Amino acid sequence: MRKGASWFNIAAIGLGLAFLYLPIAILVIYSFNASRLVTVWAGWSTRWYAELLRDEAMLDAAWTSLRVALLSATVATVLGTLAALSLVRMGRFRGRLLFSAMIYAPLILPEVITGLSLLLLFVAVAIDRGFWTIVIAHTTLTMGFVTVIVQARLMGFDRSIEEAAMDLGAPPVKTFFAITLPLIAPAVAAGWMLAFTLSLDDLVIASFTTGPGATTLPIRIYSEVRLGVKPQINAICTIMIAVVALAVIAASLLSKLREARTAMPVPGAV
Amino acid sequence: MRMSRHQSRRTWAARLVVILPYAWLAAFFLAPFLIVLKISASQTALAQPPYLPVFDLAAGWQGVKDFFAALSPDNYRLLISDTLYLGSYLRSLTIAVFSTLLLLLAGFPIAYALARMPRRWQSVLVVLVILPFWTSFLIRVYAWMNILQREGLLNQALLALGIIDEPLAWLASDTAIYIGIVYSYLPFMVLPIYATLEKLDQSLLEAAADLGCPPWKAFWLITVPLALPGVAAGALLCFIPITGEFVIPDLLGGSEQLMIGQVLWTEFFSNRDWPAASAVAVVLLCLLIVPVVIYQQMQLRALEENR
Repeated sequence: MRKGASWFNIAAIGLGLAFLYLPIAILVIYSFNASRLVTVWAGWSTRWYAELLRDEAMLDAAWTSLRVALLSATVATVLGTLAALSLVRMGRFRGRLLFSAMIYAPLILPEVITGLSLLLLFVAVAIDRGFWTIVIAHTTLTMGFVTVIVQARLMGFDRSIEEAAMDLGAPPVKTFFAITLPLIAPAVAAGWMLAFTLSLDDLVIASFTTGPGATTLPIRIYSEVRLGVKPQINAICTIMIAVVALAVIAASLLSKLREARTAMPVPGAV
Repeated sequence: MRMSRHQSRRTWAARLVVILPYAWLAAFFLAPFLIVLKISASQTALAQPPYLPVFDLAAGWQGVKDFFAALSPDNYRLLISDTLYLGSYLRSLTIAVFSTLLLLLAGFPIAYALARMPRRWQSVLVVLVILPFWTSFLIRVYAWMNILQREGLLNQALLALGIIDEPLAWLASDTAIYIGIVYSYLPFMVLPIYATLEKLDQSLLEAAADLGCPPWKAFWLITVPLALPGVAAGALLCFIPITGEFVIPDLLGGSEQLMIGQVLWTEFFSNRDWPAASAVAVVLLCLLIVPVVIYQQMQLRALEENR
C-alpha cells in the first residue's frame, strides 16, 4: 500500500476514533457526577463508587462472573490450543471438515441460537443449571477464538527446531512442552485473555444457561439497565473498562518485553 | 525397539489432541442443535420440561415409535401463518442489510486510511480500533443510552446549537438501533478490510501512475477489486450476528416491532413456549446457513494461502 496519508485519510481516522471513544468517555465522566440525575452535571464526586461497594448483589454477581471467566477461559484455552494443533499439525483426519465447521460456527452464529440450544441440552440430560452450566457454555463459545489465534501462530513459525529436537530423540510430548509451547505461548496467552473478556462480557448465553443462585455481572447490569440509566451502573461500567484497559496495556507491554528478549538466543535453551 | 515405543506413544497422544476438543464440540455444540430440531417439532406442555413428547426409554421400541408419532410440524405452520414472525424475520434481514452497508461506508475509509498511515503509526492506531472491542458489548450499548435519552447529551447539544426547539425521542427508534449496531460492529468491518489493504502490492499502483492512470481511477481499478475479499469477510462477520442481534434492539429500539432475536427471547423467557422458540431458532439458522458456509470457506481458503 502506498504510504502518505491525505487530509481526508487523517479525518477518516480521527472521526472514526472519536466515534468509538466519545460514548465511552462520556460514560466514564458521568460516573463521577455528584447528581442523582444522570443528565445534570453537579460537580465531581465518587459517591456512586462508594454506593457500589455497599451493593451486595452487584458484588456477588461480579465475583460469580470472575470465577466463571477464570475457569471457562482456562478450559477453553487448553481445548482451543489442542484444536489448533489438530487443524495445523494432524493433516487430514476423518471428520476434519465437520471439526473446523464446529470451531468456526460459534464465532459468528447469533448468541440467541447457541444459548437456546445449550440450555435445551442441559434440560434434556437433566443437569442442574447454574454456575457449572455457564462455565460449560462459555468454554464452548470461546474455545474457537483461542483456536483462531493459536492457529495463526502455529502456521507462522519455523518447524526446524521441533524437528531438531525430535531427531535428537525427544519424544513428541516432551518436544511439545519444551519447544512448541514456549514458542506459541504469546498466542496462547492472548487467546486466554480474549476468552476471559468474552466470558466476562456475555449476557445472552449466560441468561439462557444460568439457574437459580448464579447471577453474572452482565445479567445483573442488564436487569438494572432495562429500567433506565443509573449513576451506579456508570460507575461499575467504568471499573470494568479500567480493568480491561489496564489488562490490554499490560499485555502489550509484556509482549514488547518478550520481543526484546527473543532477539537473544532461543528461550529455554541451555 | 525405542522407535516403536515412540511411535505408539505418538499416536496415543496425537489421538488425544484431536479427540478432546472434538468430543467437547460434539457434545456441547452439535448435540444441542439436534435437540433444538427435535423440540421445535414438539408441543408445549404444562410440565417440567415444558414440552411433549419426551423420550421414554423404559417403554422400549413402542416408546420410540410413540415419540416419533407425536412429533409434528405445527410450530412451523404457526411461523408461516402468523405475520408477527414473518415480519420479524424480514425486519431483522432488512436491518442487517442496511447496517452492513452503513458499516461498509464508515469502515472502508477508516481501513483505507489506516493502511496509508506511516508504518510506525499503524500498529498503534490498529490497537486503538481494536481496544473498544475488548470492553463489554453491554457497556458500549449502555453508553449510547446515556447519550440518546430524552435529557441526554445529544438533545442538549442540538438544543444548545439551536438546531432543534424541543428534545427529540432518539431512544426506542430505528435510528438508535442503527447507531448502536454501527458502533458495536465497526471494528469487525475495519479489521478484515485493513488486513487485505495492508498487503496490497504498492508497485501495482505505481505502475498505474507511471502509465498515466489518475489516482481515483487506479483506486477503482486496483485497490477496490483487490480489497474485495476483505470487504466480503467484514460484511459477513457483521451481517450474520446482526441478523440475530438481541441486546441492541432490546435496549435501544422500540417495542412495537421486534427483531427475530427478541422474538426468540420473548417466546422463551416470557411465554415459556420452548417449542416455538426452537422453531424460530431453526428457521433463523436456515436463513444464516448459506452466509455461514461462505464465510467458513473464505476462512479456510485464506488459511491455505498462508501455508
